[in-house]
Amino acid sequence: MSRPLRWCVLGVGVAGVGLVMVLAFLRMPAFGSSYHPYRDAAVPAAVAHGTANVVGSVTFDQRGIDTLGEEAIFFGSVLAVSVLLRPADDEEVRSEEGSLAPLQSTRLFGYLLLPLTLLVGLDIVAHGHVTPGGGFQGGIMLATALHLVYVAGRYRSLEQLRPMPLFDSGEAAGVAAFAALGFAGMAAAGSFLANFLPKGTFGQLFSAGTVPLFNVAVGLAVGSGGIVMLGKFFEQVFTVSQDEGRHGESTAS
Amino acid sequence: MSIYAYVVAGALVLLGGIGIARSRDLVHTVVCLSVAQSGTYVLLLAIGYQNGAPAPVFGSTTKPTTNVVDPVVQALNLTDIVVSATVTALLLALAIRVARTHGTVDPDQLTSLEG
Repeated sequence: MSRPLRWCVLGVGVAGVGLVMVLAFLRMPAFGSSYHPYRDAAVPAAVAHGTANVVGSVTFDQRGIDTLGEEAIFFGSVLAVSVLLRPADDEEVRSEEGSLAPLQSTRLFGYLLLPLTLLVGLDIVAHGHVTPGGGFQGGIMLATALHLVYVAGRYRSLEQLRPMPLFDSGEAAGVAAFAALGFAGMAAAGSFLANFLPKGTFGQLFSAGTVPLFNVAVGLAVGSGGIVMLGKFFEQVFTVSQDEGRHGESTAS
Repeated sequence: MSIYAYVVAGALVLLGGIGIARSRDLVHTVVCLSVAQSGTYVLLLAIGYQNGAPAPVFGSTTKPTTNVVDPVVQALNLTDIVVSATVTALLLALAIRVARTHGTVDPDQLTSLEG
């Protein structure tokens, strides 16, 4: 299809979809109105289970099976990235690196932020059921924290801090812990992913039953998975095709 | 004025789609897909919004009896963001593979299927 023809088809499609969208938006409940039937059902359910963060309650208690699926998608994606980015037969990974050292101020910034980011990440995972946050958000922060070492230093120091097999199993353990908690609910309360633990005092650290445990499981899975996935992308910089020459003077193959 | 937020969401989806169709670089295509997906975040949050209502996290200032914004669409949004991030990573990995196999990332020059 030639480009002018493609743009004509695109124009017709965009105009049509846009028109249908506006027609649908005109009949939706007004923006900012007080009509929220899902909210009216979800909030009492969360309060009954002693969860102050209602979003956390919806994610891990009321809608737990969806989150298990989401975990599976994340796990599958990390797996697929690892498979796609593995070195092919005619490629090899070299651990060379340039001699460019980062600025002193960048190094200082990175090393100061590393412990701070780790701490905030752990806090967001641990308090996910009482404050905004949770396993997904905290896990990504933990994965980011580790990569500050790369920003502040060298790739080799990141490699030393990052035992890949450990994080590979960490991700699997997180997903397995999520499913195991689900089966524990089935054994203790009769339904998969049931919130079977004591609910504690509303708004305290020990409350919300299984929600904080799910947060820890997801934090482990997302943190480890993020590190593994970013690691595979980093490795690409050092992957050289044998017919490309030492410094990747790329000739289209 | 009440459909303004919905129109922003729709516009983001359509602009992302236009970007994908006009793309000359696979990395650019992936970024356009992210723009289109962020339209769905805006739509979900707009549906759940209530004027003057606080966030759905209860504490000393927000009592469980107050009307908060809809937590269900916010949880859906969380799922949306996670899925969007994984799809982006997967597509970027595919783009790297395409670049290594074909030596180009221009979709118009990718005419043959190769393993």
